[in-house]
Formats: sequence, structure tokens, C-alpha cells
Amino acid sequence: MSAGIDLDNVCCDFGSFRAVDHVNVNIQPGEFFSFLGPSGCGKTTILRMISGFTDPSSGAIRIGGKDMKGQRPNQRPTALIFQNLALFPLMPIWENISFGLEVRGVDKATRRKKADELLALVDLPDAGDKMVSQLSGGQKQRVAIARALAVEPSVMLLDEPLSALDLKLRQHMRAELRAIQKRTGVTFIYITHDQGEALAMSDRVGVMSQGRLQQVANPRDIYNNPVNGFVASFVGENNILPGSVQNPGAGIASFETAIGTFRARLGDQSKGDVKLYVRPEHMTLLAAAGAENSVPVTVADVSFEGNFIAVQGVTANGTTLTAELRNDGSATVPAPGTQMHMTFDAARAAILPNTTGA
Amino acid sequence: MQDLLRRYGAALTAAFILLTGFWLLVLVILPNITLFEASFRPYLPVVDVGGPRDTYSLNNYAKILDNSVDGSILGIPVHMPVHILTFLLTITYSALVTILCFCLAYPLAFYLSKVVSPRSLPTLFLMLFVPLWVSEVLRAFAWYIILALKGPLNWFLLTLGLIDAPVRWIAGYDGIIIGLVYTYVLFMVFPIYNAIQSLDTNQIEAADDLGASWWRIHWRIVLPHSKPGIASGAVMVFMLSAGSLLVPSLLGSPNSNWFTQTIQQWMLESQDWNTGSAYAFMLLILCTVFVSLVMRLFRVKLTDIAK
Ligand SMILES: Nc1ncnc2c1ncn2[C@@H]1O[C@H](COP(=O)(O)OP(=O)(O)OP(=O)(O)O)[C@@H](O)[C@H]1O
Ligand SMILES: [Mg+2]
Repeated sequence: MSAGIDLDNVCCDFGSFRAVDHVNVNIQPGEFFSFLGPSGCGKTTILRMISGFTDPSSGAIRIGGKDMKGQRPNQRPTALIFQNLALFPLMPIWENISFGLEVRGVDKATRRKKADELLALVDLPDAGDKMVSQLSGGQKQRVAIARALAVEPSVMLLDEPLSALDLKLRQHMRAELRAIQKRTGVTFIYITHDQGEALAMSDRVGVMSQGRLQQVANPRDIYNNPVNGFVASFVGENNILPGSVQNPGAGIASFETAIGTFRARLGDQSKGDVKLYVRPEHMTLLAAAGAENSVPVTVADVSFEGNFIAVQGVTANGTTLTAELRNDGSATVPAPGTQMHMTFDAARAAILPNTTGA
Repeated sequence: MQDLLRRYGAALTAAFILLTGFWLLVLVILPNITLFEASFRPYLPVVDVGGPRDTYSLNNYAKILDNSVDGSILGIPVHMPVHILTFLLTITYSALVTILCFCLAYPLAFYLSKVVSPRSLPTLFLMLFVPLWVSEVLRAFAWYIILALKGPLNWFLLTLGLIDAPVRWIAGYDGIIIGLVYTYVLFMVFPIYNAIQSLDTNQIEAADDLGASWWRIHWRIVLPHSKPGIASGAVMVFMLSAGSLLVPSLLGSPNSNWFTQTIQQWMLESQDWNTGSAYAFMLLILCTVFVSLVMRLFRVKLTDIAK
């Protein structure tokens, strides 16, 4: 069983501070949805409102079409996995996992059986009789997931559950979480400030800044077609050039900057100030000038990053541009001091408002 | 130790250690050793002290078995030596005081540590502490006045129509129990407050989120976590109550007797310090045994309490 969630103009104020500002989103049943944003942007507050620990100041939250106003956390079909997991250290693992069943008056033998099933599901058989302190970080993580799954929630809410783990384990757990979500079909609402995590796991991502939802889209669109400068720079790297639009219209437009005039996709202009955003991996290095969107640069620095090579070029007026070359032997790596040209495809660059869409 | 040396230098550190040592040795250990030694010697006229009749024996301790009487403990009729009866009544009512203190302190401690906003906490603590600034004698007298037959409590209840006739509050052990609970309840509040304070609020919320009712949250999460705090509070309240002399003397009734009053009678009225000491050590040892047994029963270890 899984349920959809509607956030309808949800706001949350703490005193005079607005932590969540008019958030609107419909999350589908069975969807893996992530809220992505920097620290303090209101992600945890949204999750606490969905689970019922914090009341929205205005707006409505519906789960499975049912208005949740006045419903206590223990009456909602949600299960929250806390940022610090909040396992019960004085109970053995199996009692942790079956706590939600104990609450529902399930007898001990059934509880134990269910706990063992869930431990198998999260790939931790035989851990039932251990204590919480005897488990590693990744194992605790899985126990927290099993404990939440035990109550068969329609919606799982996860608050940066992987942030305490090391890189390798985090990558492993990403795949694991995704697999568990697919296996159970439960709606997952996942919170993170790690863009890689959000893009890799989610069906859709909602990018947040200062309490506002900036863009809701699938990971591909978030990365390739960000709606504003905040989304473009929070998700991935950019070369950012200030300037002004020459011939406003739909589609591709000319954009005049201090280092030349370029052609690029024109985004929303109604929000005032716009800038040109080009991802470093969309920059190409050429020995001779390209047909369009080409700037002469002097290679200043070359850094080897493993799967790619970052080349920094300085233009005549001192602007630094970065290009990333794939480390597959196809491109020749220039030496510092070489004169080259950086160029990019108009369809791969965007003119975006740099405000966060207030 | 290293830390002390670094912070205060050798001279001051030595002074601290000497003073602490002096306090322990001269003001705590020596008097107790003197009394302990005296408890094994007979009570003799001054001329006989050190004479042939001044020999060590357990006679003073055996006096507790003298004079069997009829009495009752919590309504159960018993027939036993009068001083043993007094001792059993003392630990029974001390245990009752401990339980009452817990019932009052636990909700208060939970409220202070998890419900009130941190900003109003200093005010609340101040209000809890203010009564402690008044001397214990005055506080006990205040209760004596409040509980008097024609005192304010009866007047208040009569005016409200809650009772038809004045209640004799200071009857049997009732006055003592009220007085002891009032005097020692804070010794229960603070250890429990500290314990609950250290509980991660997310654990309470996690249990809530999993559907637990509030009593189950307390029974399964908060109470087990605060067990060491409850244990240290209970040990303090129990020991202080059993060893209290002032409250039983002031708020006792003609038919109440606390074991400390028996000790006082030996020491002051009979001038027999030897038997008085023997009784005092019996109180200490038996209370310690009782507390250890109860702690074993509730599976609490001393090291948990020290945490
Ligand atoms: N109970 C509260 N009272 C007052 N302000 C609060 C409260 N809870 C959160 N805030 C504020 O609301 C804002 C959003 O907080 P929130 O915890 O939702 O951030 P977050 O996006 O989860 O951040 P992080 O990634 O650091 O966990 C923050 O500026 C925070 O200071
Ligand atoms: Mg958070």
C-alpha cells in the first residue's frame, strides 16, 4: 500500500521567520521523491509537517487524498527516519524493529518472526539479538529502515539518512534504499543536501532554497534544464557570465558579455537580472577558433581529477573559465601557458535569472 | 589531578589535598571510628572506664531484642521487640516517602526537561530552590502550623466544603510522611531531571511516530532511560528520610516513633552513648543492606548511579 501526498500552499513560520514558504507539490503514490537543498532551507521542517510533529502555519497537507489537519503523528500512515536515526539503545535490535507492532498489540512470537523477516529484507540476518551499540553505522541505518517498514507505512519519510556514512557505504546504501523502495512499492520522501544522492535515487527532485521550492522535475531535467541560477549552481558546476540579452524572443538568444557575445537558450526573463550558465563538461577546447561561442584563452591550470581533467583558461580580460575533459584519451591535455579556444554549443548553455524566484 | 596541578600550581594543589584529607579524616572518619569503638563497650560510671569491667562485647547491639510488644505495620498485627518494630516502621514509611517522592518528582522532572521552553527554565528552577533558602527547622514548623487542627489547611478545606469536620493531619505517621516528602522531594527531582535531560527527544518522537501511546512511551523509553537517575534519587531520599530526626520530632504524633528518635533517647535521655552508637551503626548497616537488596531487585548497579 502506498499513498500520494499533496502539499497545498504550505507555509511554516517560527515567530517572524518563515522557514517554509508556499510550497506546492503533488507526490505520486509509489514515487521516490527527494527534497534537495542547502542546510537550513526548510527540508526537515517539511518532513516534520508531513509526519505531524509540526503544524503548518497555513496551507493543507493531504495524504492519500485525506486532509491531515489535526492528525497526531501516531495516527498518520507515515514512518519517519530521523536524521540521527533515534534507535532505542536499551532494546535489542529485534525489539527496536517490532516496537511499532508491540504498540499495536501483536503477540511476541509473531513480532519476533516479523522482525526476522524484515532483518532479512534489509540484509542483516542474525542481528536480532544484538544491541544497537554493537552495530556499525550502515547496519544501524538498515535497522532504522526495518523499524519504519515494520508498521507498513504508506509513506516513508527519510531525513538525510546517509549523511553520517562514509562515501563507499553511502553509495552502497543508495542502491540498497532504491531497491527496498522498488520491492515494497512504498512512497519515499527523501531529504538530502547531496545533489549526487538526489539525482541518482529519485524519480523526481524538488530543489529548495530559503523555504521555497525552486523547481520540481526528474533528475535529468533538473540538471539539464534548471529554471534559475540557484538550481543550476546548486546542482553541478557552472561557468557563470554576467551580461545582457540582445534580441529577446523565444528559443535561442544572443547574450552580450565582457568577453564577447554568445548564443544560448533563453530562460525566464521576467525575474529581472539574468546570467549565462555553461557547465564545464559542455566546454570544448580547440586549437583554432570555433564557428560560434568561441573565446580565446590561455591555459592557466590543469588538474587531474580521476575520471575527468579540469582545465582552467584565462581570457584576455582576466575572466577564468573551466572546461572538463573526459579522461578517455580522446582529448589532448594542454600544457599550462598554451593558447587555446574554449567553445560551447548554444543548446547546452542557458540564460537564466540568477534570483531564486522570489 | 594533573589538571589541578597545571591550573593551580603545586602549593595550592597541596593545600586542597591537605584540606580535603583533613576534612575526611578529622571530621568524618575519626568521630565515626570513636563511636564505632564505643559501641562495643558497656556504659559505665566514669570511675570504671578503663577498669576490669570495660570489655568489648555485643551487649549493646543485643539490646534491640529486648521488650517484645504488640503493634502493627501497615495494618498487619505483629508481636516483636519494640525497637525492631520501630526500625521496621521507619524503613516502611521511608520507603513510602520514597515512592511518594518519585510519583511527584517524575512528572515534574519530565515537564522541566522535555516540555517547558528553555527560556522559562531558570525561573522555574529558582522557584524550586527558594524554599531551600529557609532553614529546615523553619520549614518543618511551617508545616506544623499548616497541618494544625485549627490551621490554614483545615480552614481552607472546610471553607471549600471539601470536608465536614477538621482532619487531624498530625496523627500516626501522616505528619512525618508529609514533612519528609516536602523536605526531600527535590533530591528526587534533580537526578531524574538530569537523566531525562540526556534522553534524545527524537527517541520520544520516534516512538510517537511508530504509534505508541504516551504511557507506552514513558514505560518503554523514558522510564528505562531514567532508571539510574531514579535509583540515585531513591537512594538519597530513602537514606535521608530514615536518618531524619528533625521532621519526626516536630511533625510526629504521640503514637509515632522514628528509629532516630530511639537513638536520640539512648544518647540524650539515658546518657548512654555506647548503646546509642550501636543503634546508629545498626541503622546505617541495615539501611545499606535494604537499599542493596532493592537495587538488586530492580537490576540497578552502583556504577550506573555514579554516571
Ligand atoms: N523549532 C524551531 N524554532 C525556530 N526556528 C526553527 C525551528 N526549527 C527550524 N527552525 C529554522 O528553520 C529553518 C529551516 O530548518 P530545517 O531544520 O527545516 O532545515 P534543514 O533544511 O533540514 O537543514 P539541515 O540540512 O541543516 O538539516 C532554519 O533556519 C532553522 O533555524
Ligand atoms: Mg534537517
